[in-house]
Amino acid sequence: MTNLKHPITASAEVKSESKPTVDQEVRTEEGIAYGKTVGKPYSDNAKFTLRDVNVFYSDVQAIKNISLDIAKNEVISFIGPSGCGKSTFLRCLNRMNDSIDICSVQGRLELDGVDIYQSKRDVVELRARVGMVFQKPNPFPKSIYDNVAYGPRIHGLANRKSELDDIVESSLKKAGLWKEVKDRLATPGTGLSGGQQQRLCIARAIAVSPEVVLMDEPCSALDPIATARIEELISELSQSYTIVIVTHSMQQAARVSHRTAYFHLGHLVEVNDTDKVFTTPEHELTESYITGRFG
Amino acid sequence: MQTGNLLPLVLALAVLAYGLAYMRSRAVAAPLGGIRHLKSLPFYYAARASLWCGLPALIVLALWVAFEGKVIQGLVVSSLPSDLMPESEGQASLILSQISNVAAGKLDPQFVPPEIAQAGSLLENLRNQSQTFKAVLVLLVAVLGAAFAWSRVAPNINARESVETTLRRIFFVCAAVAVLTTVGIVFSVIFETIRFFGMVSFWDFVFGTSWSPQTALRADQVGADGSFGMIPLFTGTLLISAIALLVAVPVGLLSAIYLSEYASKRIRATVKPALELLAGVPTVVYGFFAALTVAPFIRDLAEAIGLEASSQSALAAGLVMGIMIIPFVSSLSDDVINAVPQNLRDGSLAMGATQSETMKNVIFPAALPGIMGGILLAASRAIGETMIVVMAAGLAANLTANPLESVTTVTVQIVTLLVGDQEFDSAKTLAAFALGMMLFVVTLLLNVLALKIVRKYREQYD
Repeated sequence: MTNLKHPITASAEVKSESKPTVDQEVRTEEGIAYGKTVGKPYSDNAKFTLRDVNVFYSDVQAIKNISLDIAKNEVISFIGPSGCGKSTFLRCLNRMNDSIDICSVQGRLELDGVDIYQSKRDVVELRARVGMVFQKPNPFPKSIYDNVAYGPRIHGLANRKSELDDIVESSLKKAGLWKEVKDRLATPGTGLSGGQQQRLCIARAIAVSPEVVLMDEPCSALDPIATARIEELISELSQSYTIVIVTHSMQQAARVSHRTAYFHLGHLVEVNDTDKVFTTPEHELTESYITGRFG
Repeated sequence: MQTGNLLPLVLALAVLAYGLAYMRSRAVAAPLGGIRHLKSLPFYYAARASLWCGLPALIVLALWVAFEGKVIQGLVVSSLPSDLMPESEGQASLILSQISNVAAGKLDPQFVPPEIAQAGSLLENLRNQSQTFKAVLVLLVAVLGAAFAWSRVAPNINARESVETTLRRIFFVCAAVAVLTTVGIVFSVIFETIRFFGMVSFWDFVFGTSWSPQTALRADQVGADGSFGMIPLFTGTLLISAIALLVAVPVGLLSAIYLSEYASKRIRATVKPALELLAGVPTVVYGFFAALTVAPFIRDLAEAIGLEASSQSALAAGLVMGIMIIPFVSSLSDDVINAVPQNLRDGSLAMGATQSETMKNVIFPAALPGIMGGILLAASRAIGETMIVVMAAGLAANLTANPLESVTTVTVQIVTLLVGDQEFDSAKTLAAFALGMMLFVVTLLLNVLALKIVRKYREQYD
């Protein structure tokens, strides 16, 4: 618990808000201390180091002074009621918010100690290292093969056709889809079932060998069997990747993740080991949410 | 009563029937405890009443108006004594115009045989009777229809179904109008075309390389034997359209990509309407521009680099036409590119693809059918364009692939064949129909081809 002290850094910009400090009386909103998170938000083995992150959509603040570490090879899940900012926060991690004009991100966001918002334009390298799987399966209207080969081709990962074939095969194997599609790699990816499409998207994401995989409610459009298949896959993938998963299902968070972060109205209320969050939550808001009093 | 007065009257009756049926359905429903005890909503009873009031009446009116003239004419002609009976078609129309002139009071009855004068008054009588019958019949049908619908406003009768069925039929008729018009146009051209091929051999027309449609008016006229080879015209059309598309497709497509993917909202809001303004400029104005500015410029430029150029050139017409059809490509492409789901873009961007890679690899293939549609529309516009060509490319039917020479196109020739006092039985005028038919066939084939290409290369999303 030594790393629990709030590390406010001087570099953090907080637009139109008084900067909270540990000693001063902090602003509160619906009983949440501004910029204060209970539990275990920091790690000694951080992949992502995120400090005082604020996100604005025009004038509306969607993320309020969140500080969090995401450790190497952990599975961390973001839970919370709708509109609490968990997806927005996730999309900061590979700068997918860049394409939204009115969105501005402030604070210190580092991947392996390097600021990911440093370069104004080039996000290609960041996104090659931080892959993403979306809520709705979104295979490209191309063949299964071309879907998986998309990333490797863009990033020039294969020099020969045979190398590309190997990447496609191993990615599909890791995503648990190889047996089902190996005889029809040339058929369109959009012709697969919803669960298969989502696994295809996972294969596509891991084909460029990312270090982190972000998943934005990957199972919300799937039936229970396909969901179980994906969850199994997440557990397997956690051997080699850091996984951040946003989910609406608390059971899913409990099943797949090592740590769980509870978001509320743009605040990060509580982060802790998953079993702790679900058995002995420290914050009363977390407790109300996981016991189903709202959400 | 005049048809012009009858039409609004029927519509007013339909509106009245709507209101009455609406009120009655509510009145019927009230003792039962509200409109939820009716089989259909009051709107449906009311709509059914107005449809039954209006539609049959309008159909009767339309039929009456369509056959009125023929029937009256038949009656008048059969009333004539046998010695005045017309022997030929020309004579019949002469007598008929005499009769109608008498009836209209333009011709004094004293100057015509008494039988004709009699027929004239008979014609007027019949016309008046027809007016009265028509008004009475149409209004009767309208009122009866409304009354029947009124009597069928009852809680256990379902009006919804009959309204749906009627609407479906109305929609079908509207869709059929477009198709039938196309068929009608084809038929109107096809008979003249067949007559043309009676005079000029089909193979001479299709494979002839010389076009000079001056036919002899007198038997002894020299130097005008007429040659009808369509090849120079079609190559001219092809050349100018190709130049136009070479301008319009890249510029239009790239500006569509810029507008939909890169431009900020503010720029898009200004540039898109400005681009579409190009389509609103009258083609005559483009013609001025091409003939007075672009064509001399091209000639001077060509001479400066030592090329021979005509002051009217295919290049000038093609370039200006290309500018004109940019909005067809850009506007439609912009719409379809915007319609590609955002999650495909996100998927590609999240893989680390740049915006242009995303465009090239994901969005363009998905938007291809719509883009092709825009290009086809632009192409048909280019093929059909006449005014710019007349003004900037000339009338000379040269068989050439050199864009600096003057050429002419199919549509321009059709116009020049048909303007002025012409008889519609010479090979010269009939050639216009044959050219129109050929143009129709060629554009149809182009459409089919484009559709095949799109089917092959498109990537279908969702």
